[in-house]
Amino acid sequence: MPEPNGAIRVGVYVCHCGSNIAGIVDCKEVAEYAAGLIHVVVSREYKYMCSDPGQDLIRNDIQEHNLNRIVVASCSPHLHEHTFRVATANGGLNPYYMAMVNIREQDSWVHTDRQAATEKAKDLVRAAVRRVVLQRPLEKARVAIDPNVLVVGGGIAGIHAALTLANAGKHVYLVEREATIGGHMAMFDKTFPTLDCAACILTPKMSAVKAHPNITLWTYSDVEKVDGYVGNYNVRVRRRTRYIREDLCVGCQECIEACVYKQPKFADEFNQGLGKRRPIYLPFPQAIPQTPVIDRDTCIEFKTGKCKKTCLEVCGDRHAIDFKLQDQVEEIKVGNIILATGFQPFDAKRIPYYGYGHYPNVYTSLEIERLVNASGPTNGEVVLRDGKTVPKSIGIIHCVGSRDENTNRWCSRVCCMYSLKLAHLLKEHTGADIFNFYIDMRTPGKSFEEFYQRLLGEGVHFIRGKVAEVTDWVFDPSEEGKLTLRVEDTLLGVVRRIPVDMVVLSVGMEGHQDAQDVRRLFNITCSTEGFFQERHPKLAPVNTFTDGVFLAGCCQGPKDIPDTVAQAGAAAAEALALICAGYVEQEPNCAYVIEEQCSGCKTCIPLCPYSAITFREDNRAEVNPVLCKGCGTCVAACPSGSLQQRMFEDDELFAEIEGVLAYV
Amino acid sequence: MPDNKGYLYFPGCSLRATGVAYEESLLELFRVLDIPLQELEDWNCCGATSYMAVDEGSAFLLSARNLSIAGQKENHDLMAPCSACYLVLRKTQDYVAHYPEAGRIVEEGLMAAGLKPFNGVHVRHPLEILYNDVGLARIKAQTVRKWQGGKLACYYGCQAVRPYDEVDRPHDPVRMDELMNAVGAETVDYSLKTKCCGGSLTGTIHDVGIRLNYILLKEAVRKGAEAIVTICPLCQFNLDAYQSEISRQSGEAFDVPILYFTQVLGWALGGDPKALGLRRSIGGKGLVRKWFSPSQEVLAHA
Repeated sequence: MPEPNGAIRVGVYVCHCGSNIAGIVDCKEVAEYAAGLIHVVVSREYKYMCSDPGQDLIRNDIQEHNLNRIVVASCSPHLHEHTFRVATANGGLNPYYMAMVNIREQDSWVHTDRQAATEKAKDLVRAAVRRVVLQRPLEKARVAIDPNVLVVGGGIAGIHAALTLANAGKHVYLVEREATIGGHMAMFDKTFPTLDCAACILTPKMSAVKAHPNITLWTYSDVEKVDGYVGNYNVRVRRRTRYIREDLCVGCQECIEACVYKQPKFADEFNQGLGKRRPIYLPFPQAIPQTPVIDRDTCIEFKTGKCKKTCLEVCGDRHAIDFKLQDQVEEIKVGNIILATGFQPFDAKRIPYYGYGHYPNVYTSLEIERLVNASGPTNGEVVLRDGKTVPKSIGIIHCVGSRDENTNRWCSRVCCMYSLKLAHLLKEHTGADIFNFYIDMRTPGKSFEEFYQRLLGEGVHFIRGKVAEVTDWVFDPSEEGKLTLRVEDTLLGVVRRIPVDMVVLSVGMEGHQDAQDVRRLFNITCSTEGFFQERHPKLAPVNTFTDGVFLAGCCQGPKDIPDTVAQAGAAAAEALALICAGYVEQEPNCAYVIEEQCSGCKTCIPLCPYSAITFREDNRAEVNPVLCKGCGTCVAACPSGSLQQRMFEDDELFAEIEGVLAYV
Repeated sequence: MPDNKGYLYFPGCSLRATGVAYEESLLELFRVLDIPLQELEDWNCCGATSYMAVDEGSAFLLSARNLSIAGQKENHDLMAPCSACYLVLRKTQDYVAHYPEAGRIVEEGLMAAGLKPFNGVHVRHPLEILYNDVGLARIKAQTVRKWQGGKLACYYGCQAVRPYDEVDRPHDPVRMDELMNAVGAETVDYSLKTKCCGGSLTGTIHDVGIRLNYILLKEAVRKGAEAIVTICPLCQFNLDAYQSEISRQSGEAFDVPILYFTQVLGWALGGDPKALGLRRSIGGKGLVRKWFSPSQEVLAHA
């Protein structure tokens, strides 16, 4: 819209946000005040500026009153800046002729004094009016989206996201840290509440990943470096060598049998240390890929160089085993990234009074999953650590490392249900008396409460109370040789001692120990609990604050398998939405160099976190607008003031500061 | 801390009354280790137990006076062997630092008494001093009498290990066990090592106090221990003094030596058995006489 006579004509709109703002800020007074400011032609207040009639106000006023600048005083720009820019554009103005004032999060929500809050709103509006006068018209740049996607983590979340994308015809790189995909779900015996076998429903999906022409699967691999931006990420992946070539190995596993260790000797990680493996091993029978791994720390050849290498011998002409293999480094380009890195189970040793690691017959829930599993270390026979005694009584303690001020405060969401499942399975396997010790039963999923009722009918005992300790001290002769759970039964109102043969600790979920490293690698945020932060807890639960990086599964917070799969599908859909659009528009907030003023001092170059600044042959710095994220670091650091940033020009900022400080 | 500097020593009331054996053995042990102890001059009641329950402010003030005197010394390491003293001194420091109200009471109280505020006093417990500053290696190296007695149950009680975790791990402390092992004594896995000794309940709600001590004695014996070793005068007193009553009530005969860890260490490191307060034991006199026989030869240094 042309500016007649160059006159600046500002419209100010003060939003009530129902009572969110109007409850504390006198919106009418603010609007009346704004009407008296220089350049302001129209000043209004309205109940909901973000509603259609609210937006129409802006559009109509632009046309009716020849407005050429808009100020909206409402909520955080995070929520509605886009809305009001669109409204401004619909009125025929460049959308960047709009300035937003946050009088909700930064005013009404944090103050209780009505008068002071109203004054603050006036100050902020005055600052925005001064600023908007100087704002420039800007255009968004478009960036093409690379259709390839990186999925990090090969648990059920990563598997489902990868398959969804691959089925849509997009190429997926699935990177998994362990030697096999499958994640925690592969370790589970049955799944609640339907009791279908976890492996039976998971392994077909694992095989589908391996067979899919659109999926490149790299297990035993780590993402080392990520740079670029939405649509154009450059990723470096280190494929740690397993000393067996995946392309030559046929998966016959003869090498494992041929190992010089006649009997498996080392703690088997997949079976939670309850079983043993050899230095050359496959994590579990249905592992994908079916290529064994040689563990450097236990293999005699690596430790002494003097092994007979019977594995190599039996591999023969296939030549798949090579002790000299090195890690492989792959460089890939992807447009989107889905993080599905999962969780780590709470370390039960952190609660010494439950005796894990001290009393042999205290188990974690994950150990029990393996113990009841037909392909587990005891072939599904539930026996104590002595390898022969079948427990006659079992206590299952809920909320171990969850809902606990001393460890983790959050509810891990799945423990009540999996404790019920384990109670059912243990009862089925042993016929033992089973006691569940719970704080509250939380069974809010589909068919979950019905499962709880079913367990009540199966004669499992439920004792409401937080267990104080698991101990071997004997008070009554009946406790001799048993583990006694001391607990306040809050329904009976008495302190009880329950002697049992086996104790199961239902451990909660926490973020991975290296979550902070991963978050830095992918430039996203992480809560103090170690779970990755979604962009919005309700409305953008799979997005992150970094465009093109999405979350799926327990890395974002504890959840069960159905929720994980749903979230993985959502993350895949979000990535597909970007891919199908073909491009993203970039906020025009990038820095630029005023060439005449640049002295070529290079101060800015190492400071740029995105490597967006290069040094030209003519001794000038240059900003690549596609790489620039608009963080402003270089602008602040430039000694000659020759770096400026669009949307945050010096004069705009100074006008805003003067506006907020001026008492007029 | 270097040994030669030694420690300020706060005996508290117990070590001059029911816990004399603790003081005697502690002083003998530190003499053998050649670590000087300087008794805090003009010390007063630490403020523990009844004071703390009735009026926290007064308890903090009592404690603060001791801390203030210690603060004026060059040596800021203040050793409090009684767990109750240790805890109240430590708690006073903590509360003064973190709760403005406690800080105000103490500041005004000290000022009214013409005392300076305390800064940098390091409250220490002998268990932790022997473990951290002296160390297992030196204890082992200086052991001249190998333990010939029975298995020991190390009993830590509550106050030294909770809520502060500087003396040992709060729920499953091990340092006394390791010190006993260092001088050749076998210890049992005593699951009640931090459970309640009854504290002053033996005096106030006697039946409950007696029952708690019965549980402690019974489990130690069941685990195969022939004696219980303590680090706290109140624990020692409760377990030792009521054995005949507990035996009478339960119908189970208890005659268990309740030792201070400093008695075992003092003896093992070559201290004079007569100076270890051993004759003050009530339970298991026979075993104490047998195990700590002065005739037992002192081995040459290895």
